[in-house]
Amino acid sequence: MVSIRDLTKTFFPKTPNEVKALRGIDLDIPEGCFAAIIGTNGSGKSTLLNAVAGTFKPDQGNILIGRQDITNWAEYRRASLIGRVFQNPFAGTAAEMTIAENVVMAMRRGCRRGLGLALRRSVRHEIAERISSLKMGLEDRLDNPIGTLSGGQRQALTLLMATWLRPSLLLLDEHTAALDPKSAAQVAELTLEIIRREKLTALMVTHSMQQAVQLPEHIIMMHKGEIVRQFGGQEKARVRVSDLLAAFDHVRRQEQLDPAVSEILGSQYV
Amino acid sequence: MTLVIGAFTIGLILSLLSMGVWISFRILRYCDITVDGSITLGASVTAVMIINGWSPWSATIAGTLAGGAAGFATGMLHTKFRIQELLAGILVMTALYSVNLRVMGKSNVPLINVENISSPVGRMLNRGTGGADSINLLGWAVPIQDASMLITVLIITVIVALFIRRFLLTHLGTAMRATGENPQMVRAQGVNNQTMIVFGLVFANALVGMSGALLAQYQGFADVQMGIGMIVWGLASIIIGEALVSKCTPGFALCGAIMGTILFRLLVAIALRWGLNPNDLKLVTAVFVFAALVLPGGIKYFIGKYSKEKLNG
Repeated sequence: MVSIRDLTKTFFPKTPNEVKALRGIDLDIPEGCFAAIIGTNGSGKSTLLNAVAGTFKPDQGNILIGRQDITNWAEYRRASLIGRVFQNPFAGTAAEMTIAENVVMAMRRGCRRGLGLALRRSVRHEIAERISSLKMGLEDRLDNPIGTLSGGQRQALTLLMATWLRPSLLLLDEHTAALDPKSAAQVAELTLEIIRREKLTALMVTHSMQQAVQLPEHIIMMHKGEIVRQFGGQEKARVRVSDLLAAFDHVRRQEQLDPAVSEILGSQYV
Repeated sequence: MTLVIGAFTIGLILSLLSMGVWISFRILRYCDITVDGSITLGASVTAVMIINGWSPWSATIAGTLAGGAAGFATGMLHTKFRIQELLAGILVMTALYSVNLRVMGKSNVPLINVENISSPVGRMLNRGTGGADSINLLGWAVPIQDASMLITVLIITVIVALFIRRFLLTHLGTAMRATGENPQMVRAQGVNNQTMIVFGLVFANALVGMSGALLAQYQGFADVQMGIGMIVWGLASIIIGEALVSKCTPGFALCGAIMGTILFRLLVAIALRWGLNPNDLKLVTAVFVFAALVLPGGIKYFIGKYSKEKLNG
């Protein structure tokens, strides 16, 4: 259960560049719910995600995961509850370190790191076993630098790492946007599979309307720092209907969707 | 032969410095010039303690810890007070100049006719050879004093290198290695990257301090000027080491740093023997580091240009 109360953030306050990125966001994501935030550039969707991840401190408001108020927690401390996948496939892993070394770091996400040898044989075995579930042949390349993998492989691995220890919340920041269409589809499929299997609570930012229709159980539409519309439950289920999908797809082809249009579309089709 | 033995000994001593610079420069990706001050700090603390009758071992450990403290200061300036990494290093290095003068009370502390860290080994060799003042090393007669120093620093360097390698393979060490490469990822895995930077700088400068402590005992004095340009020497050694060893696992990289330092010292010794003016040494080193940093990219650029022209032609 994630609760966001009256979350407010203004960047560059009292300057000509003032941006009211978040204007009193109230949001509840129930336990085990996979929610997606959609919206245009500058709508505040990434800002909201980063506020939950802890990359900056909000001006006002609270963020709760379960019963814990994490508003004042530093970014690294939140990692004990939150798993993250970034838009940039290179952001979630350390390129010059091996696959195994990257994974072993994720195996201790939010835990104390001592002076025990990181890659014992049993650990390597466990890593190989679980990585083989990706069906990318990475289990034979455990000692290769992760920089030798493709963006799609790295992103799949990052996803696996983020969920290696079950997170209370999984944050996905447009994590398929920088991939080629085929890898994007693979990673999206993997995302859904892992979230369903582990019954994770997840919050995903996406540019892709199609993805928003296909993957999550709940859609949050943001515009200019506010939540303008939410589709959940039955309503969201109806958004899935194939002709609607086609309609959304048609709009998506215009690349940058006008927020007003998306709002109208949203209310019209549901 | 004295030349080679000397180059090896100084090379081994300075390889502690190189490993420290390798940790800050390559692992943390932090350009830390505290090194110039912390090597002198290690040397001066050790020299003063030995003069005042402390055992060379405890004096060396104190010099190491003093270096670590200098690294801690730089780390805190950078992480807590948000001073740029280069400036934080400059501030601490500058402050250390006065600190070193305070520690020593004057600009130079000689260590003549006092016990040093190699003395126990020297006595052992003496007993082993029945009181001879030189031993046979690969056919050369080497003074006991030089041989015992070489053996001592060899043992210390090997132990320290093995210790660092082992540390870098632990959970904590893995996190430290990732910190320099991808701080974002490290935070997302629940590691405070700022703490890691401070810790890494303490570690790196402790090694540098230890190098200074041994250097003072080897050359027989601590001097307030001895640290100037050490960071560049360390970089030159690392670059040579990386040319020698292409693999980048911690163990190989550390071997590279040690071999690079020794090779660099040998080159310096040979150049001086051939008549290079010692005053020009730092200029030559700086030019070398510049070339090593720029040439690989430059060569790639020219090759790229050439092949493009070929394709177009």
